Amino acid sequence: MALSRAEAARIAELARLHVPEAELDRVAAQLSQVLDFAAALNELQLGDEPLTAFAPADAPLRIDGPDGRTLDAEIATANAPEAEAGFFLVPPVVEDLEP
Amino acid sequence: MTAVETWRRSARSVAEEVRAGRITAEAAAEAGFEIPAARWERDVHAILSTDRSARAHAAAEAPKQAVLSGVPVLLKDNLCTVDHPTTCGSRILGEWRSPYDATVVARLRQAGAVVVGKGNMDEFAMGSSTEFSAFGPTRNPYDLARVPGGSSGGPAAAVAYGLVPLALGSDTGGSVRQPAAFCGVLGLKPTYGRLSRYGLVAFGSSLDQVGIFARHVGDVADAYRVLAHRDPFDASMREGGAPDVSTWDAGVKGLRFGWPANLWREGVDQAIVEALERAAGWLERAGAQRVPFEFLPGTFAVATYYLLATAEASSNLARFDGVRYGFRARSDELGSLYAHSRGEGFGPEVRRRILLGTYALSAGYHDEYYLKAQRARTRIVREYAAAFARCDVMLLPATPSLAFKLGEKTDDPLAMYLSDVFTIGANLAGIPGLSVPMGLAASGLPSAVQLLGPADSEPRLLQAARALEAEGRSDKIPRGYEREFAWPGK
Amino acid sequence: MAWEVVIGLECHVQLKTRSKMFCGCPNTFGAEPNTNVCPVCLGLPGALPRANRVAIAHALLLGSALGCRVREESVFARKQYFYPDMPKNYQISQYDRPLCEGGELPIERDGVRAGIALTRIHCEEDAGKSFHPERHGDRRLSRVDFNRAGVPLLELVTEPVLRSPAECAAFLTALRRLVRWLGISDGDMEKGQLRCDANVSLRPTGTTPLGIKTELKNLNTIKGVERGVTAEIARQAAILDAGGRVTQATLLFDADRDRLALMRTKEQAHDYRYFPDPDLPVLRVSEALRAEARNATPELPWAREARFRDVLQLPAYDAAVLTDSRELSDYLESCAPNGQHKLAGNWLMTEVLRWANEQGRSVSEWSARVPAERFRDFLARVAARELPGPIAKQVFAWLPEEDGDVATLLERHGVKVASGEATLRPLVRAVMAEHATVVAQVLAGEERPFGFLVGQVMKKSGGQAVPQEVQRLLREELAAGRAPEAGRGS
Ligand SMILES: [Mg+2]
Ligand SMILES: [Zn+2]
Repeated sequence: MALSRAEAARIAELARLHVPEAELDRVAAQLSQVLDFAAALNELQLGDEPLTAFAPADAPLRIDGPDGRTLDAEIATANAPEAEAGFFLVPPVVEDLEP
Repeated sequence: MTAVETWRRSARSVAEEVRAGRITAEAAAEAGFEIPAARWERDVHAILSTDRSARAHAAAEAPKQAVLSGVPVLLKDNLCTVDHPTTCGSRILGEWRSPYDATVVARLRQAGAVVVGKGNMDEFAMGSSTEFSAFGPTRNPYDLARVPGGSSGGPAAAVAYGLVPLALGSDTGGSVRQPAAFCGVLGLKPTYGRLSRYGLVAFGSSLDQVGIFARHVGDVADAYRVLAHRDPFDASMREGGAPDVSTWDAGVKGLRFGWPANLWREGVDQAIVEALERAAGWLERAGAQRVPFEFLPGTFAVATYYLLATAEASSNLARFDGVRYGFRARSDELGSLYAHSRGEGFGPEVRRRILLGTYALSAGYHDEYYLKAQRARTRIVREYAAAFARCDVMLLPATPSLAFKLGEKTDDPLAMYLSDVFTIGANLAGIPGLSVPMGLAASGLPSAVQLLGPADSEPRLLQAARALEAEGRSDKIPRGYEREFAWPGK
Repeated sequence: MAWEVVIGLECHVQLKTRSKMFCGCPNTFGAEPNTNVCPVCLGLPGALPRANRVAIAHALLLGSALGCRVREESVFARKQYFYPDMPKNYQISQYDRPLCEGGELPIERDGVRAGIALTRIHCEEDAGKSFHPERHGDRRLSRVDFNRAGVPLLELVTEPVLRSPAECAAFLTALRRLVRWLGISDGDMEKGQLRCDANVSLRPTGTTPLGIKTELKNLNTIKGVERGVTAEIARQAAILDAGGRVTQATLLFDADRDRLALMRTKEQAHDYRYFPDPDLPVLRVSEALRAEARNATPELPWAREARFRDVLQLPAYDAAVLTDSRELSDYLESCAPNGQHKLAGNWLMTEVLRWANEQGRSVSEWSARVPAERFRDFLARVAARELPGPIAKQVFAWLPEEDGDVATLLERHGVKVASGEATLRPLVRAVMAEHATVVAQVLAGEERPFGFLVGQVMKKSGGQAVPQEVQRLLREELAAGRAPEAGRGS
């Protein structure tokens, strides 16, 4: 199967990943190659249930209470590209509204 | 004791010396940073970050009467540390400093080990050559024109050239076992859920496991003993206590080792086939029995893996968006801030895998790719279970080839993916695997074999590896065997 | 054409727990920004979630109260979309295997109880909060606070079975009463502890297929739900009446301007790419957890309301008001003297609730100050007509402010109550003697002068007698006086 250029662009948008126009064809071709390879799975008789997780038989749930890992206020935003007064700062989401 | 005498020692003997007060932890930590080891680092580039004062501080803090007292350790740069940056080999983390230590790192420190720095890796552990590091590749100490394997190439190469006797990596599809094989060191991927993943930056959460590099089987056992403990902060851990690996030197009498020779009938280097034959011979000589059978070809596992690991990765890496930490592209609008921070912050292989994983989960394709791969995974789990009903461990190649040249596969993703054809199955099945060096091939490159076992069979794997290690010391067949890096003695 | 309205609600309930859903950070409202955050709820690299037992227990309690089927194995899944208040850019939620399915919440429909069928209830985590953008130099930037990120939420989805805006309001009111009743949430819509989205569609009356629906978001008060849904019904009806077609859309309700705004969203914004979260094991609901929920399920508000009406014989209105909260209804049951529930109810509905209102305090603060036994003592004296109206009110005012039983309070304040029969009967006789003519009129069958006699006795008692008691004694004495006269006449 070949992944189209348009589909590659749609996936890039969904993944919030900028792919320059000039690279879209190459990306689509490389993804197609791997997807074609993955079609090998069709050769297996797959009557099996999908695996969900290597779940422990009854994993203990967390006791409701502090775990000593809550961060000090300065540390929480210390790595922020932009912060002010304890808040993280981001450009606005364009809320596309029609009245 | 001088640095020259210390740098090739085993972790066990370093810890013994430190505990006895014959060498300081700081001197042990510094040994790898002095000549002769230091000259290798200039060419190999195994380290992403280190600094002398952090090493001195860590050495001073280390408990002096513990299992790993004074043992210098290099960590793959996707294990969070408070005293070194954690970059995952990527630009997107920018100047990020973790406010916490990964659980395995904390355990190492409690056991007296000294974190001397962070090792190079393929960006976010996606790659098999360490060429996809944003900070330049690591080279194979046996041949600088060749890759050390990946993604944990830095830690593997560092153990090989003698910077440290012990290092931690992570293994999602072979990222510990494959570079260990390329660099001629031991590389253990434990049973899924035996080592905490808290603080290991996730790639494929259901496949990731912290792994151990060392030059001596006893060192792998010691590190496993320190690290394999239940962590309440990781809900995906396995129940019950970890298996007791203190029996690593108990021998292999009566051990049944599976011999799925159909897997290397074609497409595997002759040197590796020879290493397998030699290993089988040695195991038999030590009292083990060979059990030949056919096994499911690894290509199915590769196909399954590249759908599941990328699906999980596309989700795990969504958090790198330039909002709370890391690299932020300048933009006045959030959508383009996301797209450009991520588009510029991630390298080509990571972008490729995020796109592939996003596709495999997207509406209309979820069942065809993701779900089908999960069914295939169940099938693969069953295939291993059936195999281990007939044998205790399985002997097979770690890699189809010896270390390849830099640039050989960077433009051919599929060829790169297929270099993991023998290692990926263990991650899908959640079982342990161990790469065992088998000396140097005629080409002068390390050759290796891999041992796989059912869940919690780490003691068996170590016993078999120990048998090979013991035999290897007296077997002088491969040319160049006595060279500097192969099977270093005490 | 006549249109039939079909509405389904999607409600989010913030759970009352000490810590968040997947980490140990405090679950509190109103803390300084980004002070209730840790590596997990800030989405730092390497951090892993662990589900909160109490949150699960709360969910099971609600499931038990609503008669839901509880899945033995439910699965946490990642719901993926990018938003700056969502630290990981996915929300841990549940998808195809939710914790609870089915069940119903009773509301009143046309004067009878009707069960509103539920589709499911599942556990998930809340997002942080981003604020309206503000100027920062030449740019506009939003502030983001992650204190709320990771707060445990229950999502409860109804079948499309609600028929009017009023029913939506009734449903939310009933849900709020229930979650408070069970103690699993404060259900304060002002604080966002209970939030609601509505799916609205119209179809020609009498037909079965559902029309095209729109989704209304931001319905954050019960009034808002009513008004938003009303507006949307009108909008859709106008489109359909004009022969148009409703287009599937998401609308935001602007409560300030009382109108709807259409969200222009791209199609792929809704491709959530759900898959099971590999960091969290399958949630197995043990028999212990199940039994815990069963045993913790109290008499439910609607059952208690019916019992108050049918067994305690309270008027329907009183039964509804008194079962608005569990505390109030519990208090009623323990403070009512022998069979005097109507009397106790009256005092609670008028005086106690007024006190709470005026003081801005809760019923539990009342009951902390006036334990039920103390109030029962008071009510018993009122029932026995031992406290005249004004004095009863005075004593009531002292109850929450001072210690002591009724007698102590009266004594402390020097109030004498002439309410005993022994005190009053002589006064009655004296008044009858002083006003023999009036007595004669009353005995002759005139009712009006009876009030005059009562007034005289009250006056003599200094206003401290209970009028009903005076009336009773007066009638007794009059009857006694008539008998001898009749005897004399015969
Ligand atoms: Mg929800
Ligand atoms: Zn937290």
